[in-house]
Amino acid sequence: MTDGIGARVARKEDKRFITGKGKYTDDIRMENQAYAAFVRSPHASAKVTGIDASAAEAMEGVIAVHTGPELKADGIGDIITGWAITSKDGNPMQCGVWNPMVTEFARYVGDAVAIVVAESQDLARRAAEKVSVSYDELPATVFADHALETDAHQVHENVPGNLIFNWEIGDEEKTDAAMSGAHHVTQIDITNNRLSPNAMEPRSAVAVYDEAEDHYTLYTTSQNPHVARLVLSAFYQVAPEHKLRVIAPDVGGGFGSKIYIYPEEIACLWASMKTGRSVKWTSDRSEAFMTDAHGRDHVTTAKMGFDADGKIVGFHVDTIANIGAYVSLFATATPTYLYGTLWSGTYDIPAIYGTVRAVHTNTVPVDAYRGAGRPEATYMIERMMETAAREMGMDPAELRRRNFVKEFPYQTQVLLQYDSGDYDALLDMAQDAANVSGFAARKAEAAGRGKLRGIGYSTFVEACGLAPSAAAGSLGAGVGLWESAEVRVNPVGTVEVLTGCHSHGQGHETTFAQLVADRFGLPIDSVSIVHGDTDKVQFGMGTYGSRSGPVGMSAVMKALDKVEIKAKQIAAHVLEASEVDIVIEGGEAKVAGTDKTMGWHEVGLAAYTAHNLPEGMEPGLKETSFFDPVNFSFPSGALICEVEVDPDTGVTEIVQFTAADDFGTIINPMIVEGQVHGGITQGIGQALHEGVVYDDSGQLLTGSYMDYQMPRAADVPSYTVSHGCTPSPNNPLGLKGCGEAGAIGAPPAVINAIIDAIGTDNLQMPATPQAVWTALQSAKMPMAAE
Amino acid sequence: MYETKYHKAASVQDAVAALSGASEGAVLAGGQTLLPTMKQHLASPSDLVDVRGIAGMQGVTVGDGTITIGAATRHADVAGNADVKAHIPGLAALAGGIGDPAVRSMGTIGGSVANNDPAADYPAAVLGLGATVVTDRREIAADDFFEGMFSTALDDGEIITAIRFPVPTRAAYAKFPNPASRYAMVGVFVAETGGNVRVAVTGAGEDGVFRHDGMESALASDFSVASAAGATTSQEGVLNDMHASAAYRAHLVNVMAERAVSKAG
Ligand SMILES: Cc1cc2nc3c(=O)[nH]c(=O)nc-3n(C[C@H](O)[C@H](O)[C@H](O)COP(=O)(O)OP(=O)(O)OC[C@H]3O[C@@H](n4cnc5c(N)ncnc54)[C@H](O)[C@@H]3O)c2cc1C
Repeated sequence: MTDGIGARVARKEDKRFITGKGKYTDDIRMENQAYAAFVRSPHASAKVTGIDASAAEAMEGVIAVHTGPELKADGIGDIITGWAITSKDGNPMQCGVWNPMVTEFARYVGDAVAIVVAESQDLARRAAEKVSVSYDELPATVFADHALETDAHQVHENVPGNLIFNWEIGDEEKTDAAMSGAHHVTQIDITNNRLSPNAMEPRSAVAVYDEAEDHYTLYTTSQNPHVARLVLSAFYQVAPEHKLRVIAPDVGGGFGSKIYIYPEEIACLWASMKTGRSVKWTSDRSEAFMTDAHGRDHVTTAKMGFDADGKIVGFHVDTIANIGAYVSLFATATPTYLYGTLWSGTYDIPAIYGTVRAVHTNTVPVDAYRGAGRPEATYMIERMMETAAREMGMDPAELRRRNFVKEFPYQTQVLLQYDSGDYDALLDMAQDAANVSGFAARKAEAAGRGKLRGIGYSTFVEACGLAPSAAAGSLGAGVGLWESAEVRVNPVGTVEVLTGCHSHGQGHETTFAQLVADRFGLPIDSVSIVHGDTDKVQFGMGTYGSRSGPVGMSAVMKALDKVEIKAKQIAAHVLEASEVDIVIEGGEAKVAGTDKTMGWHEVGLAAYTAHNLPEGMEPGLKETSFFDPVNFSFPSGALICEVEVDPDTGVTEIVQFTAADDFGTIINPMIVEGQVHGGITQGIGQALHEGVVYDDSGQLLTGSYMDYQMPRAADVPSYTVSHGCTPSPNNPLGLKGCGEAGAIGAPPAVINAIIDAIGTDNLQMPATPQAVWTALQSAKMPMAAE
Repeated sequence: MYETKYHKAASVQDAVAALSGASEGAVLAGGQTLLPTMKQHLASPSDLVDVRGIAGMQGVTVGDGTITIGAATRHADVAGNADVKAHIPGLAALAGGIGDPAVRSMGTIGGSVANNDPAADYPAAVLGLGATVVTDRREIAADDFFEGMFSTALDDGEIITAIRFPVPTRAAYAKFPNPASRYAMVGVFVAETGGNVRVAVTGAGEDGVFRHDGMESALASDFSVASAAGATTSQEGVLNDMHASAAYRAHLVNVMAERAVSKAG
């Protein structure tokens, strides 16, 4: 079966992407289309005392200028968060109110103050400059570790001391006891740098109000159009769900940043109704830096206790998470249930306890970004292992092996139960591929060239396939986390799969089709995947958290099961055989052991002509399924990075990068490798290059690519990627998910390699040349050379 | 972008006339700096006078001990020019290290020098080689031309037509790129011409490109990597920003000087 499960099939969607024929939101042009631009606060913290739009309104071609108070007066609701967190004292979290446009206080640079609608984009932007807003500037709170100080400006009236929640997980008493009895305790103080998502396609929205039908259509850059429609209807009161269609056409990357429903989409829908025009807004790159939800931004102190054999006895974590000015859709889940629940890492840790304090600051909201919480957990644990190994004089790989979880299922001390894995096998595989035994010689050779060579490890486990619904609901989730699929066999035998997932780079049009190809022996060209339109597709939860495989494909498999049963019944009836003797393969239904066959297209035709169906059978061949797994899936991996540092300049070159991952079953190895490559590169970006910088007053200093460095092709080596496989027992295909693995596992491998090279762990991300050079200067006494 | 009027000048006189007739005219060369600034509404010239079509402002001429490069010559053409490569290879290499291929195919030497970005590469070569900036009305020595960040000795409406470089005995440029922008975070051009050593530093100075006197005298007495390493670089007047502290930049000045000296041979 050339197009089936496990085949390295080229991506069907790439023809249109590579030839520039993709259809993105900004490519959509409606009749009667007008353009929106936003007037944005230049201050991180200010009270708006007046808005004078008369000069803008007087410009020819300007249709309307509307402000936050008008939007509120029209009954448009405040932006919500989807996951309620309870503080350790039992109190519910306290979130600042997020009006889609400022009603009184602007709380970050870029906060939308007014929307301008005009005949052209350029005109809208020029008019926006003419809207004169008076501000009373207020002090700003910018940094996570300052937000809780008594002198910090309070960002929201209803959030005392800027503390949104103080969440805990694990057993404090048991952990304290374990730590006090430890033979050795290692402490690390680390930050997880704030990142800007930088999807290649910036956010965009086209809002179309049809007055005659009192109906709205929103074309937008969304990872989850149904969720967008749900919140726009139920919470923002734009229109009831049946009067609102959300379409997410081709979307050029999301990385989490396009999960959320932002102020701009809401304002465009509302402005379309107000003006009677279709309203388009497309973010430019400067707006993207200013307003796309950022990722990460943690400050953490962690302590790990070991016994005399290097076995972990306890782990204690204290994190402050910067949530920004407002609490975005997944912002509360990311630093809690997607972070604290992963603190056991790949290790058997008998006692864990920690707290996460989430704080408001005068910065853009922070939410899930590729990996979402799990990179933060992995970075902390894996830096801990490196530092602990150095302090105890142990080999860092050996320390890991000594503590690996070895038996599955494994119940951690922080809620999760790992279903399957073989961490030793992955580390073996990675060490072999990285030729670790030759490292000493490579290091010596590099020293001869004046370079410091280092090797760094990272082993990780993550929870993917966001689910199950009931468990998520009991922990505060506002939505279910199942997925849906409909499989339609057409009368000619071609197949359409409608999925509630959304592809924005993942290659679903290929991999989902492979499932059908595999099941019925059809070429993938006769299968099409339909997604991204709430009028076409049944409700679904969208794509994030590496869930499309484990959850979305599982729904497809269940629907395929139903189709297969009915198809066999039809074939048995037509071929006058028993249902149990029918096999479907190679595009045919056959009676096993005979030469009686009928083509797959004939099965389809029989279903729809309905001339000769079994007694009582409904015509047609189309089935729907919803899949809600019993547990997360748990991909894992071992990554090894080798770097060379130039001590004169602090420049780090990644000279070798090896990953051995366990994603369970693999549908398309080429696409999986692509996901791993992209993820590792993003992880390298976080480790070496990327970092959002605000100054003390909350001005964004990294507002363009002149100051925010993305990883470039020349910054990374060719990766060596291999796979182990322990199938997940919790879904029909044994899938675990691969979308985030690289971004989760890579940063600590890179940083640990630099630490190994320069002999000090006094280093934070991003390890820019300046940071590494400074660390080298501060390392008065280099670690003993090996 | 605000509305602007576009002129394509056929000659230098043409361009000068168009500029003087405009309320707020600007020379347009490669547009690599000017156009993004206009798109961001940070500049709004009433008129753009495009000088790329002026034949006299294009290309490389070899003179008696000099190389003259027309102001509208693109970076890629300087990088690939056989005469520049033969006589001042360090200059060709510098041009080949500016930005990326798209930028090098559009950006010009005149635009870069007129703009005098404190992180631009060309100013280091112009000052380091002691070149002469030729305009529509006069000649300006490099030492008198660069007057601080984004500021030069050019008068309003004055057009650079060419840059004339003396051919050095040896010269080279070493650049430490800003990790994000790839402009020079520190760039050092060293040149020995007729027994005279000049060292110009770009990317590091609060007032833009500057000559490094201490480094010049160290290299004048001994043109070696060791004396480049030994020269003292003061942190005074050295840029301090989120990408690099003054201490780090000052350190890189020495490292880049060592590398430039080593390349110059
Ligand atoms: C992505 C990117 C990366 C870059 N990287 C680098 C780099 O690494 N190093 C580097 O040095 N530069 C870099 N640059 C800048 C590039 O070198 C530009 O070419 C240069 O800044 C301006 O040259 P231009 O011909 O494009 O001038 P323009 O943008 O057309 O003009 C710039 C200014 O000079 C004036 N001007 C132009 N020509 C003349 C003239 N003949 N006489 C008088 N005034 C004139 C214009 O009026 C304007 O004010 C980069 C630019 C970009 C977009």
